[in-house]
Amino acid sequence: MTNKDKKLNPNDKIGIVETQAFTFDSLKLESGEKFGPVTLAYETYGCLNKEKSNAVLIAHALSGDAHAAGVHEGQNNPGWWDAFIGPGKAFDTDRYFIICSNVLGGCKGSTGPSSVNPKTGKPYALEFPLITINDIVNAQKHLVDHLGIEKLLSVVGGSMGGQQVLSWLVNYPQKIRSAVPIATTIKHSPQQIAFNEVGRQSIMGDAHWKSGNYYEGQAPTKGLAVARMIGHITYMSDKSMAEKFGRTKKEAGEPFKFTADFEVEGYLHYRGDNFVKRFDANSYLYITKAMDNFDASSGRPLQEILQDSPVKVEVISFKSDWLYPAYQSKEIVKACKLAGVETTYCEIDSTYGHDAFLLEIEEESHLIKHFLKKVFYAYEVTGEYGA
Amino acid sequence: MAHKDIQLDHKVILDLIDPQSSVLDLGCGNGDLLYLLIKEKRARVQGIEIDDQAIYKCVAKGLNVFHGDVDTGLAEFKDKSFDYVVLNQSMQQILHVDKVLTDALRVGKKVIVGFPNFAHYKSRLQMFFQGKAPITESLPYQWYETPNLHFLSILDFKQYCRAKNINIERQVCIGENHRIFFLRNLFAQVGVFLISKNGDK
Repeated sequence: MTNKDKKLNPNDKIGIVETQAFTFDSLKLESGEKFGPVTLAYETYGCLNKEKSNAVLIAHALSGDAHAAGVHEGQNNPGWWDAFIGPGKAFDTDRYFIICSNVLGGCKGSTGPSSVNPKTGKPYALEFPLITINDIVNAQKHLVDHLGIEKLLSVVGGSMGGQQVLSWLVNYPQKIRSAVPIATTIKHSPQQIAFNEVGRQSIMGDAHWKSGNYYEGQAPTKGLAVARMIGHITYMSDKSMAEKFGRTKKEAGEPFKFTADFEVEGYLHYRGDNFVKRFDANSYLYITKAMDNFDASSGRPLQEILQDSPVKVEVISFKSDWLYPAYQSKEIVKACKLAGVETTYCEIDSTYGHDAFLLEIEEESHLIKHFLKKVFYAYEVTGEYGA
Repeated sequence: MAHKDIQLDHKVILDLIDPQSSVLDLGCGNGDLLYLLIKEKRARVQGIEIDDQAIYKCVAKGLNVFHGDVDTGLAEFKDKSFDYVVLNQSMQQILHVDKVLTDALRVGKKVIVGFPNFAHYKSRLQMFFQGKAPITESLPYQWYETPNLHFLSILDFKQYCRAKNINIERQVCIGENHRIFFLRNLFAQVGVFLISKNGDK
């Protein structure tokens, strides 16, 4: 963002932002394979300081993208974490330089299965290599290097974004000063894998999927929509659903026995139908597989890897989150404790379920804001010591 | 914060802690003591607290704090992870005191315990003359809303230490706004003890 944009919006908004692209030749994947060229779509907010010490990388979740804040020219839908990013907000753009990139394997500007394979002139589809969360992070590291940043002030993200944070913490401790994994896990439980597998089966069971080669015809929208519907159920809590929908029925529609009568049904349909307009089914397969295969410590005890790490960690979980329950965050905290890593942990009292990491603005902002401040100024207690 | 504004029990605990030590505060509340420890003693500190609102205050002070309860929070630390483990005004609210103190003496090289003295003369007078559960400056709660699970006197704690072969290195007894040196179990509202495992030096 330039200062010109700031003047357009004197309030707490970031204003107009533009997605940029960075392309590099080749990425060595965890599998050993070399893959390229790789393009990452990314956005930045705020200004990088002279010392390049104020850069924060935000990692998005499964269905997120590089557009974390502000609005695009001529449109009015703000980025997915807009409430957290801007002047005076948790990620204070008057103070920090914020980067968010679309993940490798995604479909919002970064190279993924829907991108054109330069060798064939056609979309990769299932020719796209199986990627991992570490591959996603390695691609991000290329971008961070490209931006000339030696050391990130922090890496922050929720859910799959949190998995990326853990990957940074384990693989690049010398490249980050702090890490904020939110509503995430060291590795997926069978339950988490199971939900993802049902989503994948829904896509692959759609006749239009055609082993991934649907780019010239109709996309497997029904399968992807159902996958998204299942996702949304797991992102909410029993209570948040009851509060949002109750058993309220929609207005009488067509006289069909199995019409979506209830509000909650209508909501899921709406969410599913909207999702297929913006998301690629093959990306969904690749990314959920990367999430399921992720194990931050590759089977070793995490505390061994983190032993005496100088990175400061803040772990956040949410009380009603049953998809990434608090006990999984506590396992991260336990490893940090045993490793002697400076750590703060808070379980925010929320009824929103897993979605809370996008919605609990006040408490979550408070935790992030003060933690970043402390790391940035390297003081130990508010306002007391200089760096 | 000027020195005179510091709570007396915090002042006493500050005096017991060597500069640049590592300190774990079990039930650290708003983090006031930890804040002081960093400011006055350049200590490396960590808090554990169950109340989320108190955690937000700790985080605003820039403190490291774990959200969790004291009864289970200690088990995950290695032996002698800290120079001091502090239980100030939290011991009497813990379910399994004996287990926590044993664990605290494992995790910390030394342990500092501060608790309200149930045998303070005002408590005794209220019990004796009014026949009612005492309400005093250090025990300010009605019986039906007190967070305290255990009621002990300075003498009780000393006997406990003797029975468990725990070494009392220092004891400081505090009245309303001064230290008590005379008939302490009668006149002290709060007892602060610096203890260690016998044999550990």
